[in-house]
This record gives sequence, C-alpha cells and structure tokens, in this order.
Amino acid sequence: MNVTEILFWILSALAIASALMVVLSKNPVHSVLWLIMVFFAISGHYILLNAQFLFIVNLIVYAGAIMVLFLFVIMLMNLNTDTEPQKNKWLKVAGVVAGGCLMLVFVAALKSSGTQQVQMGEGNIGLIENLGKALFNEYVLPFEISSVLFLSAMVGAVVIGKKGD
Amino acid sequence: MLLAIDWLLIIEKFILIVVVVLVALGIAMYSTWAERKVAAVMQDRRGPNRAGPFGLFQPLADGLKLFFKEEIIPNTSNKFLFVLGPMLAMMTAMLTSAVIPWGGKFEIAGRTIDLQIADVNIGILFVFGVVSLGVYGIMIGGWASNNKFSLMAALRAASQMISYELAMGISIIALMFITGSLRLSVIVEQQMNHTWNIIYQPIGFLVFFICALAECNRTPFDLAEAENELNFGYHQEYSSMKLGFYLFAEYINMFISGVIMSTLFFGGYDIPFINEAAYGNVWWITLLGVGALFTKAIIFVLIFMWIRWTIPRFRYDQLMNLGWKALLPLALVNMLITAAVVLWLNK
Repeated sequence: MNVTEILFWILSALAIASALMVVLSKNPVHSVLWLIMVFFAISGHYILLNAQFLFIVNLIVYAGAIMVLFLFVIMLMNLNTDTEPQKNKWLKVAGVVAGGCLMLVFVAALKSSGTQQVQMGEGNIGLIENLGKALFNEYVLPFEISSVLFLSAMVGAVVIGKKGD
Repeated sequence: MLLAIDWLLIIEKFILIVVVVLVALGIAMYSTWAERKVAAVMQDRRGPNRAGPFGLFQPLADGLKLFFKEEIIPNTSNKFLFVLGPMLAMMTAMLTSAVIPWGGKFEIAGRTIDLQIADVNIGILFVFGVVSLGVYGIMIGGWASNNKFSLMAALRAASQMISYELAMGISIIALMFITGSLRLSVIVEQQMNHTWNIIYQPIGFLVFFICALAECNRTPFDLAEAENELNFGYHQEYSSMKLGFYLFAEYINMFISGVIMSTLFFGGYDIPFINEAAYGNVWWITLLGVGALFTKAIIFVLIFMWIRWTIPRFRYDQLMNLGWKALLPLALVNMLITAAVVLWLNK
C-alpha cells in the first residue's frame, strides 16, 4: 500500500459513512451537512486522479453554491423532528423498493463494465487545459445544448416566481 | 518503502505554513488596533492610547480579555455545530493563503525555496472555492445559536455572498482572458515582465473590489451584523474566544483579500519601477518583494477601513439591486469586451 492507496481507502470510507449519515440523521440540517462531507470526500478522489479542475469545480458548484441554497431553504422552513408530519407507511416501503431498484441498476452496470485499471495520481486529462480543449472541440454541441437546458430551467423558475405579482 | 517522502520539502513547507499563519494572525491583531485608530482620526478623537506607546499593546489586552471571559454555550443549541461555526470561519479565512505566492525564490545551501506553499495549476479557482465555502462558518454558527436574530443574520450573509460571488467570478474570467493561466505564480510573473493587470482591467478590478468588500462582510455590506435591526448579528449568542474567532476571521479575510487583489491586479510581489530579474535570486531583493506585497495589501486594508468609516450601511433591497442589476451586468459587459479585444488582437 502506498500513500495514494491509503488515501483512497480513507476517502472511500468517509464518503460511504457520510452518505449513510445523510439518510440516517433525523434533522434535515444535519443531513445537508453530511452531504457536504460526501462532496468533500468525492472531491478528494478527483485529486487522487490528478483531476484538479474537477476537484475545485465540484467544491465551488456543489459544496459552495447548491448546498448553501439547500441549507438556506431548510433553515428557513424550520423543520423540527416533533412538528414534522409522519409519512405514510406504504410510502416508506415504496421508497425502499425504488432505492433498491436504483442500486440494482448501478450494480448491474458496474458488473458489466469489467475491471479497468485506473491511473492514480498521473494522467492529465483532468487538468484544465486538456479538459477545456476536449469540451470545446469534441463535445462542443452537447456542452452548449446542456447550457441552453440550464437557461431554460432558470427562465422557468423566474416565470413561476413572477406569477404571484 | 511505505512512505517515500522528501522530508526536507515537508519541513520547508511546514515552516512556511507556520510563518504565514503567524504573520496573518499578527496582522489581523494589529488591524483591530489600526481600525480603532483610523476611526479615531476620522472622527477627530484620539483612539486607544493607554496600553503601551500609542496604545500598541491594546490588541494584546483585548485578546487576553476575550480569553478570560466566561464561555457560554446556550442550552438549546446544538453544541457540536455551535463550536464548529467559529472554527470553520477561522479555517476558511486562513486556507486561502496556501496558494498565494508570497515572494520570489530563496537559495539556502544550494536548495531553492519557493515562497509559496502550494503552486497548484488552479490557484485562482482554489481561492474562489474557499471563498464560496466561507459562508458555512456564519450559517452553521447562526443556525446552531437557535436564536431568530442569529438565523436571520446568517441567511442574510448567505444570500449576500451567493449574489456577489457571481459578479466576482465573472470579473475573474475577464482577467483570465488576459493572463491565459489560472496559476497565481504565472500571473505574478507576467505582471513583473509587462505591466500590471490593473491597466488592462480597471472595470474588472472595480467589480472585484466591491465584491471583496461584500464577501468580507465589511461596511457598507455588513447587513449580517446590522446591530440596530438584528441586535448583534449572527454571533449574538457567542462569548469569549469563540466570538473572538468570528471577529478575527473578518480581519484575516480583509488582509487576505487585500493580498489577492494585489496579486491579481497590482503585480503581487513586484517592486514598482525595478527590474528584479537583473539581480537574480539575491535574498534581500526577495525580502523587498515580500515587503512590497505586504505594503500593497496593507494599503488595501486601510482603504477598507476608510470606506467603513465614510459610507453608511446599505438597505437590504439596495444591496440586492447593486449586486444583481449593477455589478453583474457591468461584469458581463466587461467580460464580453475583453473577450472581443483579445480575439481581435490575436488575429
């Protein structure tokens, strides 16, 4: 075991433990904070793959912006364990079944992909120059279309928000 | 070999980290003294003048006082998160200093030492990422206090930071068009060989400066601690050194944002009108460069204080209007013009 492998196992354990805590904690604010921990652990994996740009973008976008908004909304809603309405029992069962199906799909997809060696700590596709060239040469059309998708979502949100006036 | 590590490198970086942290703490300490002196000068008072000559020992007395105050943790709050809040605020304030090039190179016993802790190739994005995480200290602290005024202040701080991050990011993008690199050491070297970026990006700097004021929660953007509306703000329930950490983090943020503005727009450790390359890696030129960077940063800190004691606080709707309707379009136009000019010149 070298340093990279030790770090890999620590980060993986951290990610899985935090992800479990997201589901298990009663308080929604704690769930969000655990989810931020998950993002940090996953960003750590990006560093191990020498994908520094993905690391920092993951932190800026997910931990720095989206999770702040989540936290913002949950703090405003002031959810407490006492006042939270108890959900229907069948709803919980349906949730378990749906989650199990998703996991089955993931496991099947991973199994069929076979084992591939991952370059740890080397390879420079994740560096910003190479990623930028790949995004704006080979994948420029899907990239731009996805940005239009985001724009339409934003316009939709503004339209819904304006309806009250 | 299980852990093949260059021990000299570790020791060198460790010393550098300790020095940077101590210097940042020392400067933050004396910023509190300078703030009171600046306020006194602007209001025609004397300011602190009892502890030591010119009141120079005042920060030590204040720090000692904070340590000896009773530590109160409210009964209803979440204790872990309550303690985590100030820790996060302090940590994110210090973390940015890791990627800043503090000076040129030293040579000790044939070993060249970089005065930069980590020269990562995403330097400026790292700064931006840490800044965007900085809001968690305030949000977690405000929520864990279980006080509605603290919560309101924390939510204000969060929405303000998210709004101003956008314009800040876009002004950085315009700067990136010119430098062509995200590595802070490369940005400084380019400015040492040519002119400072402020010449090419005056509007970008203006947007960045206003956003930096907002990100540091300084007046006129200190709505998170508007005492006449919110009693005291997000740190209302805090006492002793935990309160001290929040206040201290603000001063460290001020100093670090001054350093970043000098690095990005004012040549970093470049000494104006002197060609350092002609002297090579002489130790006193390197030290002078570090001094130049600190001088620039301290001038920014003094400008921050000057603004604080001159301009009154914004109303909340004015704050949002300025962020979304003035700074963001200005930054976007600046970015488009810069992109067009860069494209035209390259053809």
